[in-house]
Amino acid sequence: MAFRSAVITFPGSNCDRDLAVALEKVSGTPAMRVWHGDAELPERLDFIGIPGGFSYGDYLRCGAIASRSPIMRAVIEAAERGVPVLGVCNGFQVLTESGLLPGALMRNAQLTFTCRTAPLRVENSQSLFTGGYDRGQEIMLPVAHHDGNYFADEDTLDRIEGEGRVAFRYLDACNGSRRDIAGILNQAGNVLGMMPHPERAIEPDHGGSDGRALFESAVKGLVAA
Amino acid sequence: MKVRIHVSLKPGVLDPQGRAVHHALEGLGFTGVEDVRVGRLIELDVADSTSEAELEDMCRKLLANTVIENFRIESMETA
Repeated sequence: MAFRSAVITFPGSNCDRDLAVALEKVSGTPAMRVWHGDAELPERLDFIGIPGGFSYGDYLRCGAIASRSPIMRAVIEAAERGVPVLGVCNGFQVLTESGLLPGALMRNAQLTFTCRTAPLRVENSQSLFTGGYDRGQEIMLPVAHHDGNYFADEDTLDRIEGEGRVAFRYLDACNGSRRDIAGILNQAGNVLGMMPHPERAIEPDHGGSDGRALFESAVKGLVAA
Repeated sequence: MKVRIHVSLKPGVLDPQGRAVHHALEGLGFTGVEDVRVGRLIELDVADSTSEAELEDMCRKLLANTVIENFRIESMETA
């Protein structure tokens, strides 16, 4: 059966097309595009992508307004039913602001926008999104953000570490994130938020393809299920 | 009714912007500045019937991110 994915676009999203292209290249089926003001998602979705960008101009806090938009109520309901949700960069900020993931993304500790290819370590290779990697594998993914400094209190950090919910960790000081956390999963494992951009690394011609396995894992996992 | 919402980072949450402002103040020659924290002031003009509970709800649901921020509601005297 065809892989049914949707990518949400907010005013100011700018990685929505990249995410849709990555999903189509890997799954063979075009991703559906959903506008933030829609109240409903397409039916029977296998995957929801929340893209990077600067939704609502980062007003108030990054991701704050987008996380309260009409479509996010539907995304939260879908996530609670177990539909896989990937939030990248601003999408990660939207997921923490919406309460689907714990913690918050703050201004980078060095205060500057960071835009480069960052070395990461895969910490969890058992999840729907990371099954195509080996635990401890080192990969390179692009990062491009001003507010990627992951913060959560120590109890929360201990809990998510203990539950194996840190998916990716920076291998060098990237932005001041607590415990160098680059990406985390929700408790059920069907929601992943990450600052690095896997959708920008799916073809060698684009400087690397280490992001491809993430989409392949999600597509294969669902086809097998 | 005018209301001011003061949003500030919780104690213990590192404030990179506050630290940069602190350095800049020192660069300008101001001494004796112990610490700087940058917050946000939101002014609302709301119906007089708006309750404190509703204002708190607005803060918790949108105006502040209570993972990292505290808020304080200040009702202004109406002229």
